[in-house]
Amino acid sequence: MSDERLKQVSAIRRAMIRPELGAICGTILVFVFFFMIAGDSGMFSPEGIQNWGVVSAQFAIIAVGACLLMIAGEFDLSVGSMIGFAGVVIAILSVQWGLPVWLSIIAAFIVCTALGALNGFLVIKTGLPSFIVTLAFLYILRGLTIWLSILTTRQTIIGGVKEAAEGDPLAWLFGGVIFKGLFQWLGDIGVIDTFTRGSRMGQPVVEGLPMLVIWALALIIFGHWLLTKTRFGNWIFASGGDAQAARYVGVPVNRVKILMFMFTAFCATVFATCQVMEFGSAAADRGLLKEFEAIICVVIGGALLTGGYGSVIGAALGALIFGVVQQGLFFAGAESSLFRVFLGGILIFAVIMNTYIRRMITGER
Amino acid sequence: MKKALTAIAAAAFAFAGLSGTASAENEKFVLISHAPDSDSWWNVIKNAIKVAGDQMGAEVEYRNPPTGDLADMARIVEQAAATNPDGIIVTIADFNVLKGPITDAVDKGIPVITINSGTQEQSEELGALMHVGQPEYDAGFGAGKRAAAAGAKSFVCVNHYITNPASVERCRGFADALGVELGSQMIDSGQDPSEVKNKVSAYLNAHQDVDAVLTLGPNSAHPTLAALRDAGLAGEIMFGTFDLSSEIAEAIKAGEINFAIDQQPYLQGYLPVVILTNYARYSVLPSGHINSGPGFITKDNIAQVEKYAGEYR
Repeated sequence: MSDERLKQVSAIRRAMIRPELGAICGTILVFVFFFMIAGDSGMFSPEGIQNWGVVSAQFAIIAVGACLLMIAGEFDLSVGSMIGFAGVVIAILSVQWGLPVWLSIIAAFIVCTALGALNGFLVIKTGLPSFIVTLAFLYILRGLTIWLSILTTRQTIIGGVKEAAEGDPLAWLFGGVIFKGLFQWLGDIGVIDTFTRGSRMGQPVVEGLPMLVIWALALIIFGHWLLTKTRFGNWIFASGGDAQAARYVGVPVNRVKILMFMFTAFCATVFATCQVMEFGSAAADRGLLKEFEAIICVVIGGALLTGGYGSVIGAALGALIFGVVQQGLFFAGAESSLFRVFLGGILIFAVIMNTYIRRMITGER
Repeated sequence: MKKALTAIAAAAFAFAGLSGTASAENEKFVLISHAPDSDSWWNVIKNAIKVAGDQMGAEVEYRNPPTGDLADMARIVEQAAATNPDGIIVTIADFNVLKGPITDAVDKGIPVITINSGTQEQSEELGALMHVGQPEYDAGFGAGKRAAAAGAKSFVCVNHYITNPASVERCRGFADALGVELGSQMIDSGQDPSEVKNKVSAYLNAHQDVDAVLTLGPNSAHPTLAALRDAGLAGEIMFGTFDLSSEIAEAIKAGEINFAIDQQPYLQGYLPVVILTNYARYSVLPSGHINSGPGFITKDNIAQVEKYAGEYR
């Protein structure tokens, strides 16, 4: 058989060999591992699950954006700074200028996606690697964030957003929790621990499902659908695989890349908004190093740094692995500085495994 | 492949197993700080909880957000509460961010003592047992009064952790004591030693009239000292710093630094462990907060201090 598209592949092999296979194995391994060493530490109690679940969801939100952008062949190193910047924009507009919170949130989304578009525009126009352009924005945005917050409040942390967001519909969409009734019932029948004293006596310690998790799931589903079920998804693969070849066959590469930069900025803003609504404040140092954490999730999930190959599901599993390992080591009572050693080990191991899997899929390269 | 996996698992088991020490009662406490990994100042507190833990027969774990991101810190507080320890010792690095997680822990019935950052009022509002620390604004103000008494009129405040609101309070207190408005005299120096040094040099070149320098900890004090030496101003200019290190102690003896404000971190680590252990065992509790500082270290009292600088002081 000379044409690879006509080659017979067994159903089992097709089901098994996929970009996220490494991440699936990794997830299973990590869970088995932590069940063994931290099974009785409260890590798998409802409260513990909420803890690493929320952390993983946070990683997943920025990983989806980073994943699609990376498949399109570009990087965004300004994600972390964007998180800090978006949060401070929301806080300044709502707390300092007294605008309604929903308007501040919309404004932050507009400003940040515009910045994402600017990132993309500069990359396309200058032909510079996105690594360099977004590295510049990492510094520009972080500096602006600190300067803006000191300029308006003489502090680097702006509180009072919670009070401003009371009863705001859009604020609830990012910072609220759902299924409160269900969780209260679970508390009443003793599945979840309840508070034993104070003003919240009798309420479950896990109040409900945070909207942050809903956002993460929604973005994962959207990203996966976009990538695998639409024509635009094929364009993303094509732009990252070989931009010149894609242009020859009529793929609007520039538009795809700029849109992906905007989507990454959008994801960072979702992350920031959820964080600001949850903690009631924005700070200039939020989101430090988050861009690398997003990239790590994506790489663990099997994407190629050079573009053209990867999977959103893989990135989401990468985020889950990252969150479980980070919080799990705390539960296991390990020395917290060893977390990075562990993470680095997982990263190397995952990349080696993913390379091996990719060779099986694409044939030797 | 299989071999590598086994090795990783074995290594992980090894260090997970290291952290459990058997002892008489074996209460479990968790201390959560806001300091990034790069902050050396917290070593004293790490040593203090180890000493207190060994003495009391309790197990104390130290946790911190690796990058100093306070949102990560809030997650760690939630995580610590989920393991149901016998007590939590935590800094109020930012009241808004930590309010939720700390009150959740208190409502779960976990005894909480707040340390280091934050105020006594905030500690009470969170429902903590007590606060062990040094009021930031007051400490800055006290330092400013010393500078004013020495005749200082204008100053520069080298802030190496400007993203933490407590740092700005220190500079503000200093400015208020001198009776000047805090504006651009606060430098956002960053953590990198050579950057701090160069920023201070540039500032001193641009503002020849500066006659007092305040640094907020060893991370900004060491490079600032180097900058002053280069400019030939060491010992000529009023220089006060927060916290102590062996290098700062040397400079105090040499007369290059006039005073160091010591909040005695050792007590912030040691006392909460002792108090929480006794509270868990016999339900005894001192009433009221504990001020661990400010104490001023000058040429007069440096000798007994410096022996343990960086380790217990």
